Amino acid sequence: MAFALFLAPLCFALCALLVPSERIRRWLVPSGGLVHLGLVWRALASGGDVTGADGWLGVDALGRVALPLVSTLFFACALYVPAYLGLRPERPNRYFCGALLAFLAMMTLIVESQHLGLMWVALEANTLVSAPLVYFNQNPRSLEATWKYLLIGAVGIALALLGSLFLAYAALEAGRPGSLLIADLVREAPLLSLPWLHTAFVVLFVGYGTKMGLAPMHTWKPDVYGEAPGLVGALLAGGLTSVAFIALLRFYQICAAAGEGAFARDLMVVMGLLSMAVAAVFMARQRDYKRMLAYSSVEHMGILVLGIGIGGLAAFGALLHLVNNALTKGAMFLAAANIHRAYGAKTTDRVSGALRAVPASGALFLAGFFAVTGSPPFGPFQSEFTILRGAMLTGRYGVAGGFLAALFVVFVGMGGTVLAVVQGEPAADRPSTGFRDSIGTVGPALLLLSLVLLLGLWVPPVMEAALREAAHFVEGGR
Amino acid sequence: MSPAVDPLLALLLVLNFLLLGTSRLSTAISATAVQGWLLGVLAVVVPGAPSARPLIVGVAAVAIKGFLIPGMLRRALRDAAIRREIQPLVSFVTSLILGAIGTGAAVLFADRLPLAAEHRGSLIVPASLASVLTGFLLLTTRRKAITQVVGYLVLENGIFVMGLALHEAMPFLVEVGVLLDLLVAIFVIGIVINRINREFASLDVTRLDQLKE
Repeated sequence: MAFALFLAPLCFALCALLVPSERIRRWLVPSGGLVHLGLVWRALASGGDVTGADGWLGVDALGRVALPLVSTLFFACALYVPAYLGLRPERPNRYFCGALLAFLAMMTLIVESQHLGLMWVALEANTLVSAPLVYFNQNPRSLEATWKYLLIGAVGIALALLGSLFLAYAALEAGRPGSLLIADLVREAPLLSLPWLHTAFVVLFVGYGTKMGLAPMHTWKPDVYGEAPGLVGALLAGGLTSVAFIALLRFYQICAAAGEGAFARDLMVVMGLLSMAVAAVFMARQRDYKRMLAYSSVEHMGILVLGIGIGGLAAFGALLHLVNNALTKGAMFLAAANIHRAYGAKTTDRVSGALRAVPASGALFLAGFFAVTGSPPFGPFQSEFTILRGAMLTGRYGVAGGFLAALFVVFVGMGGTVLAVVQGEPAADRPSTGFRDSIGTVGPALLLLSLVLLLGLWVPPVMEAALREAAHFVEGGR
Repeated sequence: MSPAVDPLLALLLVLNFLLLGTSRLSTAISATAVQGWLLGVLAVVVPGAPSARPLIVGVAAVAIKGFLIPGMLRRALRDAAIRREIQPLVSFVTSLILGAIGTGAAVLFADRLPLAAEHRGSLIVPASLASVLTGFLLLTTRRKAITQVVGYLVLENGIFVMGLALHEAMPFLVEVGVLLDLLVAIFVIGIVINRINREFASLDVTRLDQLKE
């Protein structure tokens, strides 16, 4: 079972590379997504105690949160694939479809890895398979984005490896047999050499933080999300960043088990607030609505580490926000992709009146904006409010104030851009692109946003229990 | 640890300075190739007792870091018809000085961290940190795509040395996985370099400046 979860999408990826027909190939992606969803469902229904490969693979408390999330998001995005590729018949899609499915496989493997080395290999592979996704448009701008993505990503991942090695050295120096199995490191954590543990956590934070896109390592994000197809943006902003966060949580777990949780938490509070502040500054008067979404992603990654940094109730809030953010980002990027297709442009000087030109996509984009900025009744409101309450309960009023201030500035800044896109009249001389809202292009975003709305009104007890268990698991029963 | 380790690591450090000081791209590529061979030898020498596993890792390191990757870079260089790194963002002399400061800092830093008994007084941890810093320096201060990739390779080489210090903890699969990932990474980067060359008729990454606020 542990193997099937990531081998199944990999098989689909192989099929996509081999199948000669463009038309069949684009349907392989949702099929692969559906099979994956089914496998995840079965793994969770079986009590979730899935292990394999001598404890190298396994679905633990974090996996039980992240796997269904990644799978659901991917399935919704995959449903968008046939319609999207139908709109771009001029682009060969062999590598695109194969890379999408391989991307799902590698995200699954990262979540399943119980071995730091394996997790690292999967993350590196994930970065490499996303290169053809970012370069889909094959123009100078997407080339520049791909170059930055690969190089900054490669350096971030290299640092992550260095940090993992430092962590193993912390065990070696303490005279323990060095091991990279997470369970071993957590068990031996109290014995680890502290200077090495601290150095390791800082290096790991920078490394995996680069993949998450935390400020100041976020510089690749606006370029990549701006130039990649919206569908890819949805998968990067909702999927890749989420699994990178899960990876970071595994190191936090080791740190907390070593009794050095306070050190890690302080770092995360500072970096979380910094990311929110940087995002707020760059979002103000942002003309490019896809770049705006990238900064929103930087902001929400900041919220995630901030929540873990505050700890306790806020850690639960952060995990809930992980789910909410991924689904909302998915919906927004898909809606943005539709608007981009309809106008052939992605800046506010050429795009206006989306509510009239593409009513369904425009409305989804607007609703997504309210969701992502934490307005009730959507899910992010619940999770952000939980994090705020967590900060208040632990008496960190300064942090809570900074959090609220950043959220407010983001709301105003993002609102300006979003309203400019959806309101008003479409320019009379806009090029006709022939794009119309259809079930294939609007349905996936609607599905994701409905889930976000549902989570704002009611969190299923099963899910709440899983989130609580995961928060407890990460903090080591603190 | 074998007495051959420190001289080999010292040679690695010397090559770092050669990389920082040279403007010829072919020299830089050759220097990383030699570093790859050194790492291959180190992979066999560091574990001490001869056995199959370090031998395989060593051969893989020489094949991938010493031949395949430099070969790919040389091809990219030939296709692009460029020879030299001209006007780096930081001059060659300054990079050498920064490299010396970085290496000194790496030694001091490694000295302050508690080391396992077998690594005390050895160059293995400082050499690793110094190579990582050198790689960073090359990555951030050079303008040609190929030199940036060379910087990334030097960074990876530094991490490989750190992995050697941990040869007991590093499972074989992961060691080989890391090498293979690197190979594929350079392959993908090579494709992108090729596209950059076709698109801009240059490998100067400062031309990649359309995307900004």
